Parts: sequence; structure tokens; C-alpha cells
Amino acid sequence: MNAFARIVWFIVKKDLTVEVRSLEILSTTMFFAVTVVLMFSFGLVVDGRPLNDVAAAILWVAIAFSGTLALGRTFERERHNDTLRALLLAPADRPALYVGKLLGILLLLGLVELVLVPLIGLLFNAPVIEQGVPLALLVAAGTLGFAAVGTLFAAMLVRARSRDVLLPIMLYPMTVPVMIAGVRGTAALFQPTPDAAVAQFWLSLLAAFDVVFVILALWTFEPVMTD
Amino acid sequence: MRLLRMVIVLAALAAPSLAFSDLSSVALAKEEQPQPPADFVPAESESQEQIPAMPLLGAAYGFIWLGVFGYVWSVARRLRKVESEIAALETRKR
Amino acid sequence: MIVMMALAGTMFAAAPFLIDAAPQEATMGLVYKIYFFHMPSAWMFLTAAVVAGVASFRLLFLKRPRADHWVIAAAELAVLFGAFTLVTGPLWARKSWGVWWVWDARLTSSLMLFMIFVAYVLLRKYGGAGSDKLGAGLALFGMANVPFIYVSVNYWRTFHPPTSVVPKLPVEMGIPLWFCVAAFTLLFIILLRLRARLEHQRDRVEMLYLAEDEA
Repeated sequence: MNAFARIVWFIVKKDLTVEVRSLEILSTTMFFAVTVVLMFSFGLVVDGRPLNDVAAAILWVAIAFSGTLALGRTFERERHNDTLRALLLAPADRPALYVGKLLGILLLLGLVELVLVPLIGLLFNAPVIEQGVPLALLVAAGTLGFAAVGTLFAAMLVRARSRDVLLPIMLYPMTVPVMIAGVRGTAALFQPTPDAAVAQFWLSLLAAFDVVFVILALWTFEPVMTD
Repeated sequence: MRLLRMVIVLAALAAPSLAFSDLSSVALAKEEQPQPPADFVPAESESQEQIPAMPLLGAAYGFIWLGVFGYVWSVARRLRKVESEIAALETRKR
Repeated sequence: MIVMMALAGTMFAAAPFLIDAAPQEATMGLVYKIYFFHMPSAWMFLTAAVVAGVASFRLLFLKRPRADHWVIAAAELAVLFGAFTLVTGPLWARKSWGVWWVWDARLTSSLMLFMIFVAYVLLRKYGGAGSDKLGAGLALFGMANVPFIYVSVNYWRTFHPPTSVVPKLPVEMGIPLWFCVAAFTLLFIILLRLRARLEHQRDRVEMLYLAEDEA
């Protein structure tokens, strides 16, 4: 394994080890996501029936909200123990740090989504199993886009004041294309006659977004994190 | 000198409010709408009577005028403060 | 600088008369004249956004610390002219379209870009130390995002993209319009330099204090 991959693996392992001990971030984020789904359901279900495309919207809003929380708290943990500075001081490739943290967040959000998607399927009679593969691809691509930008911003904000509210302020406008693409793509799949072509279009947009922003994040991580 | 410059710009920006006191308009011209999105059909407004244009026009220009005026004033004020601070610091240095 | 300001001053003084002399529009009557300030505002908004993006790149990748002054100035102007655009637009739309707002590609994209720059200004104001690099990262990401925002919003409402209408203006309307564009451009340059100068002077104060401490 080359140096880059080794560092990435080291960071992922470290985060996993710490998290597995307490499961704090995972369990609280998951429960938070579930409450978000329920809160929005109460607002958007009229006469016992959901408004059109609401299931898709609620899924993605829940991902966005719980993702923001997870990002904030993951880096709060780093800040608390000042481990981020230690990581930065280490002779490690900066982009490797970014990738390591990104993978950790993806893992966390992936687990949350494993609960969220079936929940949406249950609550809204959405065809999550029949549309399993395209849906999984959409959710994965969208989560990657969201997390790619989010990990960078959250890392950038670790030492900033007002970081709790600044993260969503910076993140949400930036991830509007992800939300639009995710919701429209998912809605296309959830329709009575699913529209695979439309979903594919949105998936390709998400893929393009992912490529551009992961690369951009890798480039900017170094200059932005150095004092 | 700097203050004079500011006053010139600001006074000029005040001119629009004078111009709109004269409402004589020139003859109608046939023209296509500058900026309609092609997929949008203007909705029927509940009031079929004309929405008066002048308040909208006045609000638009007024907002811009206030915005520019306010911003210039704010930047000028902070600039003056900083520059007097610099002057004080530099005299202290000597 | 003085020359520019005097020129801008006279242009803005003359503008209302030119605008008033422009003919009334057939279907929209008087209210379309908002366009003469709305369009230049929109152009300056986008220009400010691009300047902020370029300066951010210079700050982060070409390691020019003073580029930061220009990022701040451009970002604030993006918020200023963005606000002008997003306020005058609906005021005009209310009369000509009957509604304040529509979720079409251009409007929504502009709104999102505006939000990104508001986020920048908030970050610089409340983020504390080190926000200059963070903000530059934000501005850069914002720039990279523009095509994605536009495409996604464009296809969002209906799947079929609307065709854009390029305005064809008769000369009587072209003159006040381009005059206003020139006036706004001048104004933009003046404001940008003023605001950047403020940051530059603030830096000087810091350095003078530091020099004092060391002495």
C-alpha cells in the first residue's frame, strides 16, 4: 500500500475505533434523521396522504440535516482533543487527511441511510426495493457530493468562531445542485411509472458534481488548512 | 478633498429623484419583452385593474439609490476612521 | 480616481434624463424602465462574483496575501449588487408578470449565488481568525458551482429547458441601457477600489501597532 492509502486507512481506522467504542455519533445522528423524517411527514401529509414527491424530498432533507450534524460533531471531536492540529503537523499528505475524513463520514452517513431509506419506503409506500439499485446509486452519489463539500468546510471551520451555524450557512447553498438532483432523481424513481431516463440524467449530474468537487476539495484542502 | 469627491458622487445619485417629477413620456413603441422566460406564462393577477407602476418604479430606483448611498457612506466612514488612526500612529512614531 | 468619480457622478446625474426620454414599452408601459438599472445591477453582480473567485484563487494558490482585500471587496459588492438585482427584479415582475417570484433557472441560480456570497460575508464577520482562507475556499467553490446550479435549476421545474430570449432593443432604448451599464461599471470599479483600500489601510494599522510593540 503506498503512503497515501496508508494514511487514509490509518485515519479511517482511528475514527472507526473511537466511534465503535461509544457509538455516540452514529446512534444520535440516526435518531435525529428519523425525527426529521417524522417532523416533515407531519407537516406534509394531508388527509393521511403524502403530497406528490414528498417522500423523495423528505429523504434528502433528512440526509442533509443529519449530515450537517454528523460533520459538525465529527470535527468537534477532533477539535476537542486538538487531534486535527496533530494530524496536520504529522508528515502526512494533506489530501490524504481529507480523504480519510471523507471516507469516515461516508461510512457514517451510509449506515444512517441504510435505516432512512427503508423507513421512507415504509412510511410512504415508496418502491425502495424495486428501485433498489438505481436508488442506491443516486443516494450514494448525492451523499458523496454532499460529504465532499461538507468535509472540507467542516475541517476549515474547526478553529473558527460560530462554527456551528456557519457550517450550514456555507454548506446548504453550495449543495443546492445535489439536493435538486437527488430529490428529482428519487422522485422520478418513486413515480407510479418510474422514469429511469430522468433518474439517469440526474445521476450523471451528481456524478459530474462529485468528480469536480472532490478534485476541487483535494486541491484546496492544503492551502486552506495551512496557517 | 476626499469629502468633496464623496459629496459629488452622492449628489449626482440624488438626481434621479428629481427626474421622476417629470412624467411626460414619449410616444409608444412596438417592442418585445426584454426578459420573459419562454416557459412561463404570466399568471392571472387577482386584480384585473392595473397595478400602479410608479410605486414599483420608485421603490426600485429608491432602493438602489439608498443602497449605493448607504454603502459609500459606510465605507467612507470606516476609511476616515482608519486613516486618522494611521495618522495618529505615524505621528507617534516620530 | 477623482476623474472616475466625477465621471460616474455626472453619468448618474444624466441617467434619469436618458431613462425618462426612452419610449414607453408596448405591453409593459412605464414599469419596464426598472430594467435600465436592473440589468446593469445583474451584470455587476456577476462581475463581482467573478472578481471574488479570481482573487480567491490568487490568495490560495498563488499565495498572494493582499488578494484577500479584493476578495472581501468583491464579495461585499456581490451582495450589494445582488440585492439590487433581486429586489428590482421582483418589483418589475410584479407588474409585468403579475407575480413577485418564479422558480425559473435564472432567478433561482442568481438567488443561490447571492446566498453563497452572503454566507461569505457572514463568515468573514463572525468566523474569527483564519476566515480569510476559508472564505476564499468558499468563494472558489461558489464559482465552480455556478454551472451546476444553473443546469440543475434549469432542468428542475420542467424537464425541458426553456429557450432564452435575447432581447432586441431599438436604439432609443439601447442608448439609456448601455449608458447605465457604463455608469454602473464605473461605480463598481470605484466601490471595489474604495473597499479594497479600506482593507489595505486596516492592514497598515495592524503593522504599525506591531511595529510599536516591537519598538
